[in-house]
Amino acid sequence: MTTTAADAGAGAYEAVFDAAVAADERIEPRDWMPDDYRASLVRQIAQHAHSEIIGMQPEANWISRAPSLRRKAILMAKVQDEAGHGLYLYSAAETLGTSRDELLDKLHSGRQKYSSIFNYPTLTWADVGAIGWLVDGAAITNQVPLCRCSYGPYARAMVRICKEESFHQRQGYELLLALSRGTEAQHAMAQDAVDRWWWPSLMMFGPPDDASAHSAQSMAWKIKRHSNDELRQRFVDICVPQAESLGLTLPDPDLKWNEERGHHDFGSIDWDEFGEVLRGNGPCNAQRISQRRRAHEEGAWVREAAAAYAAKHGEARA
Amino acid sequence: MSGEGNGAWPLWEVFVRGRRGLAHTHAGSLHAPDAEMALRNARDLYTRRSEGVSLWVVPSASITASSPDEKDPFFEPAADKPYRHPTFYEIPEGVRHL
Repeated sequence: MTTTAADAGAGAYEAVFDAAVAADERIEPRDWMPDDYRASLVRQIAQHAHSEIIGMQPEANWISRAPSLRRKAILMAKVQDEAGHGLYLYSAAETLGTSRDELLDKLHSGRQKYSSIFNYPTLTWADVGAIGWLVDGAAITNQVPLCRCSYGPYARAMVRICKEESFHQRQGYELLLALSRGTEAQHAMAQDAVDRWWWPSLMMFGPPDDASAHSAQSMAWKIKRHSNDELRQRFVDICVPQAESLGLTLPDPDLKWNEERGHHDFGSIDWDEFGEVLRGNGPCNAQRISQRRRAHEEGAWVREAAAAYAAKHGEARA
Repeated sequence: MSGEGNGAWPLWEVFVRGRRGLAHTHAGSLHAPDAEMALRNARDLYTRRSEGVSLWVVPSASITASSPDEKDPFFEPAADKPYRHPTFYEIPEGVRHL
């Protein structure tokens, strides 16, 4: 008969977990799971949530200067989506036993990371387009497989997020297309933005497979479904024809179709730059965190007022 | 204390009715200081694209759940009763409307 985890030792718990992962079933919050699986998920989901929240900054930078009401409404909706994505993900992380306050503390104190892409500045309006097309495009390439991640709450959050991301990518592409087909100066602005965002976007997939610290175990646990290099290659192959349709070039002299491999070859990535940004020495690291801290501190009175109102009116508290 | 951040606010489970005629289904969760704020936050978080015509918010602490650890014994009574399904019964070929 079936042996339940309840009436067996720790080994049996692990066997039930392993069998569920092997059978492509989802692990749910109250299931037994290895401590490292839990820690790995908290690290990844927290980093993902923080990226959504910090990612609001470079784009919000342009809301007040959007060139039309249409573009402004779109950009506000997009930035609001990023906040929403952060909240879905924080909720997923909290099902693993961490708290919202702890997650925010770790972001503010630098103990948890966010994607290094958001430490680059948005210098022109075209950057909003390049972020939508390339940064959100890379994010989608990374995230679609996560909809089948072995941890249920994370997978469900990713389903919602992926549905919403596709508008982000398309609005960016449309924005760049308008610039590319505009005046000479507009075209040059679009090209400049793509030139600056291309390589950082490729870095978003993380270090090469042979140097990626967490990859092998995450793949075994089906937290990750594809390797960093595999997803990076997929993204490059997707982008090349899209760039052609835009009438823009990608800043890589080594980029060319390899008939034998059935993929595009591309130049080597500057991992020293990646390492520097990761260590906190990117163009905007300090600014992003100080702005986040300030927003949190300046919002304290709102949180306090809401809590005081709830206490006064005797709402049920958890 | 709750003034320190919304992590100290209670957790609420959000249920959305997609359109009239459908049941409310679980969409996710959020923190809010009270029910009214939970509803407003739920609207902004889970229905930005007209995903719902009605929302429920329930304090997560009010939900009583069966434990996955008890899964087998708890749900066992149903496991050995295939005769509760219509496919259990063999009906001769040609018999209709059954």
